[in-house]
Amino acid sequence: MGKLFDFHGGVKPQTHKQHSTREPIAVAPLPDLLVVPLHQSIGGTPHPLVQAGESVMKGQRIGAADGNVSAAVHAPTSGQVIAVEPRVMTHTSGLPMLSVVIESDGEEAWVAPEPVNYRSTPPDEIRDQLRDAGVVGLGGAVFPSHLKLNAGKDMPMTLVLNGAECEPYITCDDMLMRERAQDIVRGGRIMRDMLGAGQVLIGIEDNKPEAAAAMRAAVAALGEDMRVIVVPTRYPAGGAKQLIRSLTGIEVPHSKRSTDFGVQCFNVGTAYAIHQAIDLGRPLISRIVTVSGNVERPRNYEVLFGTPMSHLLQLAGAKPDTDRTLMGGPMMGYLMPNPDVPVVKATNCVIAGSRALFPPSPPEMPCIRCTACVEVCPADLQPHEMYWFARARNFGKAQEYHLFDCIECGCCAYVCPSHIPLVDYYRFAKTEIWAREREKEAADQARARFEFRNLREERDQQEKTAKLAAKTAASRQTAEKRVAPKPSAIADARPAAIEAAHAEGTVASAPALSVDPKKALIEAAIERARKQREAIAPKNTENLSEAQKAEIAEIEARRAKIREMAKTHDEDASK
Amino acid sequence: MLTALLVMSLGAVVLGAALGWAAIRFKVEGDPLVDKIDAILPQTQCGQCGHPGCRPYATAIAKGEADINQCPPGGEEGIRKLADLLGREFKPLNAEHGVEKPKSVAVIDEVTCIGCTLCIQACPVDAIVGAAKQMHTVVAPLCTGCELCLPPCPVNCITMEPIGESVETWKWKYPVVRIKAAA
Repeated sequence: MGKLFDFHGGVKPQTHKQHSTREPIAVAPLPDLLVVPLHQSIGGTPHPLVQAGESVMKGQRIGAADGNVSAAVHAPTSGQVIAVEPRVMTHTSGLPMLSVVIESDGEEAWVAPEPVNYRSTPPDEIRDQLRDAGVVGLGGAVFPSHLKLNAGKDMPMTLVLNGAECEPYITCDDMLMRERAQDIVRGGRIMRDMLGAGQVLIGIEDNKPEAAAAMRAAVAALGEDMRVIVVPTRYPAGGAKQLIRSLTGIEVPHSKRSTDFGVQCFNVGTAYAIHQAIDLGRPLISRIVTVSGNVERPRNYEVLFGTPMSHLLQLAGAKPDTDRTLMGGPMMGYLMPNPDVPVVKATNCVIAGSRALFPPSPPEMPCIRCTACVEVCPADLQPHEMYWFARARNFGKAQEYHLFDCIECGCCAYVCPSHIPLVDYYRFAKTEIWAREREKEAADQARARFEFRNLREERDQQEKTAKLAAKTAASRQTAEKRVAPKPSAIADARPAAIEAAHAEGTVASAPALSVDPKKALIEAAIERARKQREAIAPKNTENLSEAQKAEIAEIEARRAKIREMAKTHDEDASK
Repeated sequence: MLTALLVMSLGAVVLGAALGWAAIRFKVEGDPLVDKIDAILPQTQCGQCGHPGCRPYATAIAKGEADINQCPPGGEEGIRKLADLLGREFKPLNAEHGVEKPKSVAVIDEVTCIGCTLCIQACPVDAIVGAAKQMHTVVAPLCTGCELCLPPCPVNCITMEPIGESVETWKWKYPVVRIKAAA
């Protein structure tokens, strides 16, 4: 057994894990209606592939990955799609998001599974298969797994399987390791080969001896070279960076990723999902969820995504004084807007809360700069400084203190003697900074587009002017050529122009004495127009009745009269 | 006495030459103050301030020709930032130039649109696509909500829709500080 390393900080809250490990994993009964949100992972929102009224099979793809940083979504059961519409999302905001609502037909009819032999398939195809099977990190971050499975370039990789599960109440990974250890090891085998990892370390907290024993037995049974390492129970030992530090001694610095040091960390649930997706060809449509807290029968269930949380709470027998639903543990979990929100890929635990179980924290007192938070911070930050800056909305300074390295584990708020909800301040500051960055990006884009538009308009104007100038110059040249073939013949051209004007008749007596090439040009244009007019033969003049002919003659006479009048008027005007 | 004068005047000449060289060598192109003001302005390009765009308004502020409270889309926060930058006193938004509204995007009713292209010509950020006698539509992520396309529309088919919050843009609220109950 290798040497274990220590990470900074951490706390030891009551684990409350024993309640939900008494009974094995049960399959949650199929609910009548499943609401599957399309956006369940980090990255782009998948595009819906089905429409209301369509019937779907269990495991059929209903949302296609949007680009590479995204993962597909599948129908958790067979039935009919009754709507594709925004529904309240599994998110603290309680805002709606596009979801596929499926009415189950109770038959659970699977699509034909497409297993892949990972040993004979190129890694790129396995990655595509994982993306299309919707496999994402099931530890809670829901990062698409296929993006993490790239072979190390210049160093031997180490694969860390995270079974630490440090957060109180949550036992889904514990139970999965106890009951399905071999499948986890099979998934780990695929990951190891894709990464080209030299060693595989499975980290498990020492409060889960059954899980560690099961994993060891599975590793031995399958004859794999993987090491199960038991780490001391201390929250947050299951944080990716903390577990990597404990197992390998590598401390991942600010703005670096563990892959830069040849370590890749996955949750054991993800390994199980990868085994299902590759070896069995079954997409990710369910997960193990711990239902605990203020319930009669805390237990782990295998739950289809889209199952309402209230369905699980009912199964576990939520006590009547339950007044809130939490997703995740009490340290990092999120309050749900209502108990009817669906279980999604990120849902590792559903906790029924009550005033008795989670009494309201005492009123917030001023920070006394005791730095108890600094001592427990596993990310080696200075929480009290970040708190001051977040509180004063001095976000630039908060970022200087590496606000974005905060993993929101809640240790600082747990130990704060002034009961300051520190994590709330950090979450507030983070979302505020993101919003500002979005605004700034939009403003920069608008500025660039506005400037480009001005530039384009100016250029168009210039081009137009230049074109016009060129055209005038060209036509002037041709006119000069026509009117005055030789500069010496201007005198000859003069009467010719006058004659031309005479011939036109309309401007017969116009004082066209000065032979301006411009004027000649105008006259030529008028003549052209007249000829064109005359060239047009009147249409529909055959087979006319006498009455129509008479009418036409009358109109023609009237026209001639008007022309005559116009002529005399012109003559009067020109006199 | 003469030596002292010589030394001092020599020093003056050398330093003067150095300063003169530095003034040419390190000359700042453009007006950095205008850039700073422009960075604070929201780039809506709506012209409500009475200037044809955000940059002209920034130039006018820098020259002292315009006041800092003429930008409704920037709102109170924008005025505060400008006041901070320019060392001036904060003043409320001048109602003559409009009122602060929630951020919106233009939406073209595609059934009513007759394809006249007038709104395309009016859009300062080229956020409307379409062609003559073809339906037009607004590219929502590019729209700044300046409302400049509303007046030219001959059939009044453009409306401003406020941008709602989505899960991606949702923000955690500022933690409420509970006041301790007496006794």
